[in-house]
Amino acid sequence: MNNDYLKVKGRIFDIQRYSIHDGPGIRTIIFLKGCALRCKWCCNPESQSFDIEKMKVKGKDKLIGRDVTVEEVMKEVMKDIHYYNRSQGGITLSGGECLLQPDFAVALLRAAKANGINTAIESTAFTKFEIIEKFLPFLDLFLLDIKHLDTIKHKQFTSQPNEHILENAMRLAMSSMHLIIRVPVIPTFNDTIIEIRSIAEYAKVLPGVEELHLLPYHRLGSDKYEGLNREYELKDLEPPTNEQMQLLMEEAKKSGLKVQIGG
Amino acid sequence: MKKYGDLEIIKSPRIPKLIEHLYAKLPEIEADRAVILTKSYQETEGDPIITRRAKAFKAICEELPITIRPDELIVGSNSKAPRGCQVFPEYSYEWLEQEFDTVAARSADPFYISEETKNQLHEAYLYWKGKTTSDLATSYMEQETLTAMEHYIFTPGNYFYNGIGHLTVQYDKVLKIGYSGIHKEAKEALSKLKISDGDYGKRARFLEAVMMSCQAAINYANRYAKLALSEASTCQDNVRKKELLQIAQNCANVPANGATSFWEACQSFWFVQMLLQVESSGHSISPGRFDQYMYPYYLDDIEKGKITREFAQELIDCIWVKLNDLNKVRDAASAEGFAGYSLFQNLITGGQDEEGNDVTNELSFMCIEASMHVMLPAPSLSVRVWNGTPDEFLIKAATLTRTGIGLPAYYNDEVIIPALVNRGVSLKDARTYDIIGCVEPQKAGKTDGWHDAAFFNMLRPLEMVFSNGYENGVKVGLQTGDVAGMKTFEEFYAAYKKQMEYFIELMVNADNAIDLAHAKRCPLPFQSSMVEDCIGRGISLQEGGAVYNFTGPQGFGIANMTDSLWAVKTLVFEEKKLTLLEYKKALEDNFGQKMPIEKAKLITTRVAEELAKAGHQVNEAQIADIYNMVSMGNELEAGQKKYNQLLEWIEELPKYGNDIEEVDLLARDVAYTYTKPLENYKNPRGGQYQAGLYPVSANVPLGAQTGATPDGRLANTPIADGVGPASGRDVKGPTAAANSVAKLDHFIASNGTLFNQKFHPSALSGMRGLQNFTALIRGFFDEKGMHMQFNVVSKETLLDAQAHPQNYKNLVVRVAGYSALFTTLSRSLQDDIINRTTQGF
Repeated sequence: MNNDYLKVKGRIFDIQRYSIHDGPGIRTIIFLKGCALRCKWCCNPESQSFDIEKMKVKGKDKLIGRDVTVEEVMKEVMKDIHYYNRSQGGITLSGGECLLQPDFAVALLRAAKANGINTAIESTAFTKFEIIEKFLPFLDLFLLDIKHLDTIKHKQFTSQPNEHILENAMRLAMSSMHLIIRVPVIPTFNDTIIEIRSIAEYAKVLPGVEELHLLPYHRLGSDKYEGLNREYELKDLEPPTNEQMQLLMEEAKKSGLKVQIGG
Repeated sequence: MKKYGDLEIIKSPRIPKLIEHLYAKLPEIEADRAVILTKSYQETEGDPIITRRAKAFKAICEELPITIRPDELIVGSNSKAPRGCQVFPEYSYEWLEQEFDTVAARSADPFYISEETKNQLHEAYLYWKGKTTSDLATSYMEQETLTAMEHYIFTPGNYFYNGIGHLTVQYDKVLKIGYSGIHKEAKEALSKLKISDGDYGKRARFLEAVMMSCQAAINYANRYAKLALSEASTCQDNVRKKELLQIAQNCANVPANGATSFWEACQSFWFVQMLLQVESSGHSISPGRFDQYMYPYYLDDIEKGKITREFAQELIDCIWVKLNDLNKVRDAASAEGFAGYSLFQNLITGGQDEEGNDVTNELSFMCIEASMHVMLPAPSLSVRVWNGTPDEFLIKAATLTRTGIGLPAYYNDEVIIPALVNRGVSLKDARTYDIIGCVEPQKAGKTDGWHDAAFFNMLRPLEMVFSNGYENGVKVGLQTGDVAGMKTFEEFYAAYKKQMEYFIELMVNADNAIDLAHAKRCPLPFQSSMVEDCIGRGISLQEGGAVYNFTGPQGFGIANMTDSLWAVKTLVFEEKKLTLLEYKKALEDNFGQKMPIEKAKLITTRVAEELAKAGHQVNEAQIADIYNMVSMGNELEAGQKKYNQLLEWIEELPKYGNDIEEVDLLARDVAYTYTKPLENYKNPRGGQYQAGLYPVSANVPLGAQTGATPDGRLANTPIADGVGPASGRDVKGPTAAANSVAKLDHFIASNGTLFNQKFHPSALSGMRGLQNFTALIRGFFDEKGMHMQFNVVSKETLLDAQAHPQNYKNLVVRVAGYSALFTTLSRSLQDDIINRTTQGF
């Protein structure tokens, strides 16, 4: 058997164990470096550039990003195999955007499947569908972000239009992939009843989609912008209140989807 | 879910009333037992000790004041006042007399004591001088042993000053045949002895003592039957009157005879549980597999329609409350270590039968329900987990964990059963194990396990390596050579192992001395009547009557020792950043921090003495000045800087608790330096020593007696708890910490290991949270971890985590759509989460 895929290299910036909110069970999340979008609220600004960069963490310079082989990542991943087995958990590729490193990401998913582990990716789907197609044979769950239906507003807040994303969402759904739609709820961007409702209605139309996750905006990343010497544009933005999230959830539920707050 | 019936049972309004009554007042020390005991001893001078013990127990059972508390369904209290306690001068008494005037005002576990009680106890104590187990034990010990104890290398305090306890008796036997049945058994054994046998006299007196004790227990219950009857006759409330009449009937039948109903079984259980704690002051009298031995009585009543599930639950809840009625006064220092008036009455549910089938039943669920109803520290509820444990049972247990009460503790059958078999316990007996006290496994009704024989501080021998066996001019350890001359890490580590072996032998000397003293001065005929094979062999439990005999002292400090050795190995021998001598100096200087209090005091005393010698009168204010100068003296800036550099190097090193193979394997080896030598020793009862690895809460007070260690731990600060990572040093989340812990050899630590984890309640929220939580337990157990318990932390803890983030690096919280380590979050986000918590998200 050809095990060359284990030698494929990719660029990651973190591996986080015991994650219980990005897919089923107990999971390890691998954060890949580099993203095509520049969302203003991004809580992982160090994920955006593909380049290895310096960030100040608690007053000390820290190098963000390292090149690793699939084998090396799997060594870390397999440490929690018993917990995946007991919880039907596994790995989730996050980022950054794993679709931008398709060879590495696909090889990693393949390695996970070879070990009987559940696989998921958390993605913008902002790429050619031919690339996404390569992922599908090794993927159990696609957590897809749909941030806004209005492409102008989408571009204004994420730096990219949304046509591609919406088209890929439909094609993914048609491929019978298990698809969950996630919406980061960002005040001033998409937190009105109308905006959330319309995303929910769109998600409902996607064949096979049953679940929608509303992820409330938080400020976890604000310190990192400082560490990267970048300006955090949303520094005066208040996270949505619990009451507001409840209201939006009730509204989204009217689409007929199963809706939850958080992953 | 159907298999175990409708699970939720509403709490009876009786339960809050019982609890309110129990906690209305400060607990009180009562003199009755000590007075009756002393009088009995004075009347039995010259009798064999076993006879004297039986007579004293009988006198106590017949004369100790009795009371039925308002609304009780299960009766029997060993003190007049709720949560009161008796005292046990036969073990030791001096400390209490010294603390008469401070015991009510102390911060940890205060007790009220009346002037009259003080006088009565003072009078009784006059008799006991030189007659206690503690006095005799001391006379059996070697000088080196006493020196090591004075220098806090280990402390066998528990059994040195108190009864042994730490056992589970044959509750099932009492439930089945009653004390009249056991009485009969002893009588038959006696009739089979030949008077010409060499040890006839001793065995005959023992069996008579057992018979007398059985009768004493029956007499005690009969007093309650009479009391209930008389209270019923004057009771105006018809409902209560009916209850009292039933109580009277119950007490007339049990524990004299076998129980004929679930209520009687509960009452019989309770008399056993409380009388054991009247006979001796030993704690950790553990009910064990309550859900198993009570089940036949429950099932029978349910099947015959004699009882409802609701009433059965109410009776169980009543027992849970009663377990908190029992109390024990400890000396001020021990009270700090055991704070919370805890008696460690461990009660375990679930698990397997002798043939390896899962025997989780409806009562297993109801036991967990009872803890949810009472929300009190006793019993120490435990759950047995194995591959056959039903998921719904684990989920039920997890819902209790989620309340934050810290219960239950989870135990891994897959490790404990083979660990016990390795100690010579039969497979049948191992499969039906229960847990004693904190975490100690054993076969109930057959074992005298001495499970809490001592605490051994594994960091102190390392200090002895650096000091070449001396402390403050006194030779405490071995002379393993000047560290300056040690050329390799192996040489250094070998010196540590030598110190370990030396002190382990001294600890064995101490424990065996105490063991002999208990056999000689405090054999316990009542306890012995309910442990196999005392009656068959005709000797008491304390003299080796049990089928299985062990001594289990606990070692602790594995995390700090591992990190220390790793630091020395890396910084001194591999990277050569400093010499061992420089390290030694850094430890003596406490890394440039303030001088340890004890050391500063010592130097202050010496300076004052010298001044006095030179003819200078020194007043208190001057002594305070000297102390301040001494304790601040070594905070020189240059030194400080040097040590900061060293601390930074240490900080950068890999640490135990982060799932790093090489470090974890060192930890495994460090644990062996304690567990392996220990199993070579034997106790006077013919049993083997077996190690436990955990400090209960002694890691704090004994940490206060320990200097700075090479892992960067400052002098006098706490040592890592259990087998877990040192506080705040595990940064890779709960699975990584668990994986490190699982790398230790838990099979050899057959007296138990203890692993604590902290979670925020949100990590267990919803059914999914519970499922992931139980998967974490199952995963750790797949890796052959032995025990796990959880703190599910509250808002107060989160506030404390903000103030002291270094102690909470592994605290997982739910942030928004995901979980994160609390201390890694920004201050404002932490505030967000804390505020959200109060909204109950």
